[in-house]
Amino acid sequence: MKELLELLEKDYTQSPEQMSIMLNMPVEKINELIAKFQREQIIVTYQTIIDWEKAGVDKVTAVIEVKVTPEREVGFDSIAERIYRYPEVRSVYLMSGSYDLSVAVEGTNLREVADFVSTKLSTIEGVVSTTTNFMLKKYKYAGVIINDQEEEEHRLVVSP
Amino acid sequence: MNWADRISPTVKSIPPSGIRRFFDIAAEMKGVISLGVGEPDFVTPWHIRESCIYGLNRGQTSYTSNAGLLELREEIAKSLYNDYQVTYAPRTELLVTVGVSEGLDLAMRALLSPGDEVLIPEPCYVSYKSCVTLAGGVAVTVPTKIENEFRITAAELEQFVTPRTKVLLIGYPNNPTGAVMSRQDLAEIARFAIKHDLIVISDEIYAKLTYDGTHTCFSSLPDMMDRTILLNGFSKAYAMTGWRIGYAAANPDFIAAMTKIHQYTMLSAPIMGQVAAIEALKRGEKNMQQMTNEYNQRRRLILHGFRKMGLECFEPKGAFYLFPSIKKTGLTSLQFAEQLLYAEKVALVPGDAFGDSGEGFVRCSYATSTANIKEALIRIERFVKSITAS
Repeated sequence: MKELLELLEKDYTQSPEQMSIMLNMPVEKINELIAKFQREQIIVTYQTIIDWEKAGVDKVTAVIEVKVTPEREVGFDSIAERIYRYPEVRSVYLMSGSYDLSVAVEGTNLREVADFVSTKLSTIEGVVSTTTNFMLKKYKYAGVIINDQEEEEHRLVVSP
Repeated sequence: MNWADRISPTVKSIPPSGIRRFFDIAAEMKGVISLGVGEPDFVTPWHIRESCIYGLNRGQTSYTSNAGLLELREEIAKSLYNDYQVTYAPRTELLVTVGVSEGLDLAMRALLSPGDEVLIPEPCYVSYKSCVTLAGGVAVTVPTKIENEFRITAAELEQFVTPRTKVLLIGYPNNPTGAVMSRQDLAEIARFAIKHDLIVISDEIYAKLTYDGTHTCFSSLPDMMDRTILLNGFSKAYAMTGWRIGYAAANPDFIAAMTKIHQYTMLSAPIMGQVAAIEALKRGEKNMQQMTNEYNQRRRLILHGFRKMGLECFEPKGAFYLFPSIKKTGLTSLQFAEQLLYAEKVALVPGDAFGDSGEGFVRCSYATSTANIKEALIRIERFVKSITAS
């Protein structure tokens, strides 16, 4: 089961037939497991990692440190939800340390992101303060090195 | 000056590597998918590379003691004990070599007198026979068969023993066949070695790449500790081929003899590689497991592909090679490999490069990406169909 998930995490476009061979597992079992993973939200979604910079599409991302006042009974969850429901918000993590929520916001330009922080994020009830850090360059994302120059084939074509 | 007259007759007697010839053709072509590579496609894990960089920054650029860094030998001893419960003393029973290649050369030179015979199951790694010849010995090859999954048996070895037989050289998991020997198989070989009072050199460079069951270290068999020269290294398990670090483990008197040759011919293995090897042993287990796991998945994929195209192929249980029979095509190994290269631009190695008993087979390395394997299988299938249809 773990092996199948690892294969899917690396490349979900592989056919069930191929995965069946690689994992020595009947193809029906593979399909059944994938359906189960999707049903139970173990597989949350399938995504593609795109180097937008290379594609010539302008995007600006800010990582915002948010301090909040937790609410009785729901703690941080309610405020977190009010934040993550915005489509501009790419990720939200509850953190230990000097602030509470780490919020990544994406926009087409700096003004758009700044606008979102000042008018939407910081005005949410319970948000005490925000510190906005703009991302300058993306080197690695979701375990994948962006624009990796290293892994090219450098071995001899034939060797003993 | 006619240099041909000046070159030693022994060197002249050694045929050039069959792989070399094939390499020259393949290297010139563009768009070739290679299943001919005998090394991992992974780059050495970053933490290992980084430890070497750190070592360089600290100025670790000197010779080491002849036997290698003591810390490395201690780590090797520890890992041999953890993996196989064999105990080697780091100070006297271990020697760090420049890959298994040097270890093999040293062992042969320290063992053989002119005319001494060495039994070598075949197909085998390309340098085994030449190492024996260069050390003044006589290589006696013993063919293994696909019917027996390319394992060697005592009965087969018995047919080739003479009063001059001194050494048995085995390499399992095997390059090029991918064969492994079970503990039971090896126990039979151990009894054979005792019966004829032979030294056993066991090249276990692919030990960590065992996919079905666990690897048995030859010296872990009863009464084999003193009789075995164990050779191993970091190239395959940790994807560290270019670092050239291996080791020999054996009786202290013999390690001293090997060290004597090593100190005059090599002095020491490169310190950069030794520093990296320490890191590999200390913290490399997880990465190694991941690589092994991936090889195993590709192994199943390539085996399935070859069987689907109707070529006889036993399931390799170790290393990263598949050794299918191409006899039904009516071509020799070399013809098959050459015609495939020209017709479909897929490079693999003709089986006879690994000895006469490799004729009728080709070696396909699956140390390459899944995408490459899939594309290569499509091309090879098309080629095989065109051959068998005509």
